[in-house]
Amino acid sequence: MQLFKSETSIRFMARRKMAMLISGAILLASLLSIIVQGLNLGIDFTGGILVEVGYKKPAELAGVRSALAQGGFDDAMVQHFGTSQDVLVRLAPRDGMESAEISDKAYAALSAASGGGVELRRVEFVGPQVGDELTEQGGLAMLYALIGILIYVALRFEYRFALGSVIALVHDVLITLGIFSLLRIEFDLSVLAAILAVIGYSLNDTIVVFDRIRENFRKLRKGSSREVIDASLNQTLSRTLVTSLTTLLVLIALAVFGGEIIHGFALALIIGVLVGTYSSIYVASSSVLALGVSKADLMPVEKEGAEAVDAEP
Amino acid sequence: MNRYPLWKNLLLLAVVVIGLIYALPNLFSQDPAMEISGTRRAEVTADTRTRVEEILRGAGIGSKAIEHSANNRLLLRFNDSESQLRARDLLEVELGSDYSQALTLSTDVPGWLRGMGALPMYLGLDLRGGIHVLIDVDMEAAVEKALERYTDDIRSLLRTEKLRYTRVAQEGERIVVQYSSAALRDKAYDVIGNEFRELVLESADLEGDFLIHAAISRAEQAQIRKFALDQNITTLRNRVNALGVAEPIIQQQGERRIVVQLPGAQDPAKLKEMLGATATLEYRLEDTEGSVDAALAGKLPVGSKLYRTREGQPILLKKRVIVTGNQITDAASGFDQTTGQPAVIVNLDSAGGSRMRRVTTENVNKPMAVVFIETRPETTMVDGERVTRKVQVEEVISVASIREPFGRRFQTTGLDSPQEAHDLALLLRAGALAAPIDIVEERTIGPSLGQDNIDQGFRSVVIGLALVMLFMAVYYRAFGLVANMALLLNLVLIVAILSMLQATLTLPGIAGIVLTVGMAVDANVLIFERIREEIRVGSTPQASIYAGYEKALSTIVDANITTLIAAVVLFSFGTGPIKGFAVTLFIGILTSMFTAILGTRAVINLIYGNRRVKRLAI
Repeated sequence: MQLFKSETSIRFMARRKMAMLISGAILLASLLSIIVQGLNLGIDFTGGILVEVGYKKPAELAGVRSALAQGGFDDAMVQHFGTSQDVLVRLAPRDGMESAEISDKAYAALSAASGGGVELRRVEFVGPQVGDELTEQGGLAMLYALIGILIYVALRFEYRFALGSVIALVHDVLITLGIFSLLRIEFDLSVLAAILAVIGYSLNDTIVVFDRIRENFRKLRKGSSREVIDASLNQTLSRTLVTSLTTLLVLIALAVFGGEIIHGFALALIIGVLVGTYSSIYVASSSVLALGVSKADLMPVEKEGAEAVDAEP
Repeated sequence: MNRYPLWKNLLLLAVVVIGLIYALPNLFSQDPAMEISGTRRAEVTADTRTRVEEILRGAGIGSKAIEHSANNRLLLRFNDSESQLRARDLLEVELGSDYSQALTLSTDVPGWLRGMGALPMYLGLDLRGGIHVLIDVDMEAAVEKALERYTDDIRSLLRTEKLRYTRVAQEGERIVVQYSSAALRDKAYDVIGNEFRELVLESADLEGDFLIHAAISRAEQAQIRKFALDQNITTLRNRVNALGVAEPIIQQQGERRIVVQLPGAQDPAKLKEMLGATATLEYRLEDTEGSVDAALAGKLPVGSKLYRTREGQPILLKKRVIVTGNQITDAASGFDQTTGQPAVIVNLDSAGGSRMRRVTTENVNKPMAVVFIETRPETTMVDGERVTRKVQVEEVISVASIREPFGRRFQTTGLDSPQEAHDLALLLRAGALAAPIDIVEERTIGPSLGQDNIDQGFRSVVIGLALVMLFMAVYYRAFGLVANMALLLNLVLIVAILSMLQATLTLPGIAGIVLTVGMAVDANVLIFERIREEIRVGSTPQASIYAGYEKALSTIVDANITTLIAAVVLFSFGTGPIKGFAVTLFIGILTSMFTAILGTRAVINLIYGNRRVKRLAI
C-alpha cells in the first residue's frame, strides 16, 4: 500500500507566503493568549494544597468526588490514603482565597455530604518557592535544548539550516503553549517534559527534510534553490506523513487509555506532532529559502570552487 | 549481495537472548508485601511467625506466602494491597514496638534468574505508592549558629588569657571585640588569630575605642554549610531507618536540599514526626554507692535515677547532668594512641568543656555514663482507633572510667570494636540536626493509584503497539512484518536495559516507552521509502535494498542525535518522574537504532539475500 501512487510534485514553496501568514496569525494569537491570560499552571509550579480526611466507614471515592464538586471543587484529585477510611484531596490554589480558606471550604463540603461523619486529619501545602524554581529551570531547560540543537545542526549542516530549524522549533513550542493557554488545559511538569519531547520530535522531522535538501543540492545540477527544496519536500513527503501517523497512533492510545495523570502529556505531544509536521515543511524549509541558502553553501569543503556554481535566479 | 557475515548474525542472536533473559523477571507478578524485622530488643523467631499467622487468621486476612528470610526477617506476601494495609494496621498494634513493619513489593522470580542479577524494573513512587519529601536546610542558621559559638569561645579564651575586654558582641555577620587600649587590643588580636585560624581578623580604631572585627572566612563558611548538610543527611537517614521502610532513599539535591523517598510508606504524619524527632545525649556520673537491687525493688537513693543499658542491664546514675548533646560540636571514631583500643574523640563547646573539666577533676577513676535519649512515635489501638503518641526512650549506651581530668576535647574508650566506636560517633554526631529543616514539598501516592497507573500505562503500551504494528503490516507488507519484529525486540531491549540498570520506571517513563514505539518505526519508514524510491527509478531489488539502507543511514543518525540532545537536557534538568521519561526516551532511541537498522537488515538479508528476486513485497 502507498499513500501516493507515484512521486508527488506539489509546489510547496509557491504557497509559502500564505503559510507564513497563517503561521504568523496563529503565533500572534498564541503569544497574546500566553501574555494576557497566561498558562493554567498546575500544582507543580504554583504550589498547592492537600487535605486528608478520615471517614468512620470505608468511603466511596465517587461519592467524595461528587461531594467536592457540589462544593465547587470539580478540579479536586481524590484518592484513598493508606486505609480505605482515609481520603486524600488535592486542591489547586485559587485567586483571592487563602489556602486555609480553600481547605476549610473543601472540608465543609465533605462534612455536609456525609452528615458529619468525617474528620479533618491534616492540611498541607506544596511550597511556592519550589514552584518558582521549577518554572525557572523549565525555561532554562528549553533554552539549553535549543542552544544544543542549534550548535549540532550548525556543525552538521550550515548556520542557515540551524537558524531555520530553531525558528521552526520556537514556532512549534509557542503554538503548543498557546493552545494550552487558550483552552485553559492544566500545564504541569509532565506537560513540560512533553514540550521538550516535541522539540526533539519536530527537529527529527526537520532534519530528515534538510538532509534531503542537502543531498539534492549536491546531486541536482540544475534548478533553483526553490525547485530543489520543493523536490526534496516531495521526496520525503510520504515518510513525513507515515511517521507522524504512527506517532499519532501511539499518542492517541496514550491519551485515551493512559489515565488522567498522563492526559496533558499526551495532548501536548499530539499538538506538537501536528504542528511539528507542518512546520518542518513550511516554517523550517521556507526559512532556509528566505535566508538565501544556495548550492555553493552545501558543497563539500574540499570541492569548493572546483565546480561551476549556479547563481540564484 | 545482501548477506550478513556469520558473526553479525550471531551478535544479533546474542543480543536477543540476553535481552529476553533480563526482560524475563518482569513477567513475574510483584505482590504487595510486608517485611517484619525485630528492633534492638527483639528478634524474629519461629514463634514470631506462628504468632503472625495466628493474628492474620484471626482477622480473616489471607496471605499468599510467609517466608523467614536469611537476614532474620519475616516476609509476608499478600494478594492485594488492601489486605496488606489491613495486616499492617493490625500487626503494628499487636506486635508492638518490638518489631517494625515495612511495606514493600516482592516478586517470585526464581533463584537462577536472580543469581544472574536479573531483576524486575525498579518502580518509581508514582507506580508503587509511597512518600516523597523535599527538605530545605536552613544554611544561614548553621552559619549564624557557628558565629554564636565563636563569640562564646572568644570570650572564654580572652578570659583565660586574662586579656580583659570592654565588650565582645555579635554584630551582623561579624564579631566585635572592644578594648580601651591599643596594646591590649594588639595582644588579643594575636591570641585570637593563633587560636582561630579560620577567622578573618581586622583591627580598627574608633574614637578612643580599639576594636577587632572577626568574621568567618569564606572557606570556613563553605565548610560549615557542607558539614550542616552532611550532618543533616546522616541524622535524617538514622531517623528514617528507624521508621522501618524498605529501600528508603535519602539524597542530596542541589546545594541545600535533601530528598527523602519512602516507597510503600503511607503515613506522612508519622514520617514528619520522625524527621522532626529529637534525639539527644547526656553525660552523667554513675552512682556506685547506691544499690541497684534496692532501686529495682522501688527504693531509689536520693539524687539518683535508674536506667537500663542497651542490653537491658539496670544501672544507677546520678541525676545531675554534666554535659548534654547540644554541647557536643563534633565526634569522630579513632584509636587510643597508647593502647590502640577503639575510641571516640568528642569535642565540646567552651561552656561544656569547662564544666566537664571541673567534674572530671573531682571524680578521677569513677565511671561516667553516656545516656542516649530519643523521642519516637508509637502506635496503639485505643477504643478501636489508631492513636499515635510520642514516647521517650532513654538508654545508657556506654559506661567508662575517668582516667584523668579532661576538658573540651576527650576520648571515650572501653568500646568493644572499631565498628562500635564508629556507631557511637555517628550517634553522637547525629543526635541533633546541624541546621533547622523545612519541608518545602511533599507528595504521597497511595498504592491503589500506583496500581491504576501501572495498569493504564501497560494498556496504552499494548494498544499503541498493536495499532502501529497493524499499520506497518498493511502499508509495507513483508517489510512491515520485519519492522514489527524489530519493534517487539526494541521493546524487549528497553525493558531489559531498564531492568539491568535498575533505573527507576515512572509513569512518564512508560509514556516515554509508548512514544518510542511510535517513533522507533521511523528509521524503518525512512529505509523502506528509500527502497521504494530506488525501485521506482528502476534499480534491481537487491540494489534497491542495498541503496535504501545505505542512503538512509546518515539521515537516521542525524535525526536521532537531535532527539538524544533533547533527552539529555531533560535528564539533567528533570526531577523524579521527568528523569524517568528522559531515561526511557534515551534508551529507546539507542535500542531502536540498533533494532531498526541492524535487526531488520539481518532478517531481510536472510529472506532476500544471495538469490534471484524479481519483486520485493514492499
